[in-house]
Amino acid sequence: MSDAVISINNLRFSWPGATNPVLDIEQFQLQRGRHLFIQGASGCGKTTLLNLLTGINAPDNGSVRVLGQELNALNALQRDRFRADHLGVIFQQFNLLPYLNILDNVALPCSFSRRRKHKAGDVDGAAQQMLEELQIPVSMFQRHVMDLSVGQQQRVAVARALIGDPELVIADEPTSALDSDNRDSFIELLFRRATEHQSTLIFVSHDQHLASHFDNRINLADINRAHAEEAA
Amino acid sequence: MRLISVAVKSAWNRRLSLSLTVLALAISVMLLLGVDKIRKEAKSNFVNTISQTDLIVGGRSGPVNLLLYSVFRIGNATNNVSWQSYQEIKTLEQVKWSVPLSLGDSHRGFRVLGTNQDYFKYYRHSGDRALQFKTGAAFNQVYDVVLGADVARELDYALGDKIIVSHGLVSTDFSAHDDKPFTVVGILAKTGTPVDRTLHVPLEGITAIHIDWQSGRRSAFSIDAEQALKMDLQPKAITAFMLGLNNRITTFRVQRQINEYAEEPLMAIIPGSTLTTLWHTLSSFELVLLAVSSLVVVAGLAGMLTTIISSLNERRREMAVLRAIGAHPYQIVLLFVLETLLIILLSIILGIILLYTILLIFKPLILGWVGINITVSALDWQQWLVLAVITVSALLISLIPGLIAYRRSLQDGLMLRV
Repeated sequence: MSDAVISINNLRFSWPGATNPVLDIEQFQLQRGRHLFIQGASGCGKTTLLNLLTGINAPDNGSVRVLGQELNALNALQRDRFRADHLGVIFQQFNLLPYLNILDNVALPCSFSRRRKHKAGDVDGAAQQMLEELQIPVSMFQRHVMDLSVGQQQRVAVARALIGDPELVIADEPTSALDSDNRDSFIELLFRRATEHQSTLIFVSHDQHLASHFDNRINLADINRAHAEEAA
Repeated sequence: MRLISVAVKSAWNRRLSLSLTVLALAISVMLLLGVDKIRKEAKSNFVNTISQTDLIVGGRSGPVNLLLYSVFRIGNATNNVSWQSYQEIKTLEQVKWSVPLSLGDSHRGFRVLGTNQDYFKYYRHSGDRALQFKTGAAFNQVYDVVLGADVARELDYALGDKIIVSHGLVSTDFSAHDDKPFTVVGILAKTGTPVDRTLHVPLEGITAIHIDWQSGRRSAFSIDAEQALKMDLQPKAITAFMLGLNNRITTFRVQRQINEYAEEPLMAIIPGSTLTTLWHTLSSFELVLLAVSSLVVVAGLAGMLTTIISSLNERRREMAVLRAIGAHPYQIVLLFVLETLLIILLSIILGIILLYTILLIFKPLILGWVGINITVSALDWQQWLVLAVITVSALLISLIPGLIAYRRSLQDGLMLRV
């Protein structure tokens, strides 16, 4: 049990005012170090699930344990702190703050989490090393985010998600803005770096083709009973 | 990187629109401080029209009336002071100096004041500023005249010019003392007081021009200027006189003594306190000015609110990113509060710089135009208080966009779709 990165039991969640839950998951577990691909068409509750896993929303019923921590037992502020300390998040695009340079963008999570700052040690040094690992040219470090290609921006986002070695990295459609060549190499890179930094990766996409990169994959529709009932 | 540095860099990224906001606010801050400054200077200038004179004595009427005719040359005295009373009071042991004032004649709309040379010695305004001669010197002869700065400028008089004084306040040909012209011997520097609009002649001169007059008309036999000089020119009465005391502590005692003077109904006023009373009756316009400039500040703050709120949409992603990284919603609110603090502090600093630049540039011009001497001094506690109120109001206003962003970031969560 302690090895489970995520453990969900009898989870139910519905939006305020709605009668039917959008999410109803009886049981789900993910072991440490095993990257997971969650496939789901839009509207099947992906976003809701990610909001629950990251502690943005709290479930109505049941339990969501992340890294052994029962999120229900935390208040909103504590969940924000938990997210800052233990989670890295990558969006499909626009991950970076346009007014910070690339290095500052990567270092940003360390200013919200003392734990990650501590783990990173020399924050600027760690950020530079991460960027080098992700093949961002040194000459770009002080540059503006707008000077990067979309592919480069996503790689900077990976560096930001991984700085200070958070235990869990959640990537929400990170490749949707990339072309197919870049897409495969990006996933390779994400995989390798997550493994090196001992982070467990949860990769969410509607795109079934990407599933082939992962050993461990689920279709959200299979575990979400709310959706199955509605379909039935 | 701290939140403050994120706020600064975010603001810098939107520097064009924000700098316009800062400029507008800076101008409104400058206006408010400037109006307040001018208001206070005008008041202190007014209250300092006459200074270091402990008492002004005249025939019994109202204090404001006495002040108006003796200092501001407005209106007329209802009663005179006899020469004998003046002599008795000026020799009281508490009295250090005295200056007689005799009014009633005019020259082309400007008042003529009969006095003696002590006037130029003892008259003080704006604290301890004495009268200074721009050209020439004090009068020496009976038919000498010293002009105030405005009189000389507006009527274009120079030293040596001859001036005819009119009897009373209306200048008509038949009421002119045209047989006894005065010669300009001195022109005073600008003071910003009614002195600028006064012609000063010796008391004896006033007596001389009236020597052949009776009941406001020329009498049948005239006495020419030369003859008049040989006669006794000591006046029988004067309009009022100024007193300086050896010790200010005795002011109230001497004032009471004069008010209870048995031989003649007299009245003594303390000019400073009467000036303050008079100012209060005139001061409603300054409230209007202050209200208007306060509204300009309100408009500036409203402009700031508009700018920040209109940036909310483009910053929606920024908030989602910060939330994902672990920012609490209250930190999102704080981001707006910090940005506003930055804007308002910059505006205040810029406003103060603008104010002092303009004051320094216009100080000599204002002195020349209206005679108000603007002292360039540090902001007083009231002005700091006003700035503090502006800052706090701005921070309270910033809670509006802050809370909108807060609510949105809760709704949006992490997975903001673009």
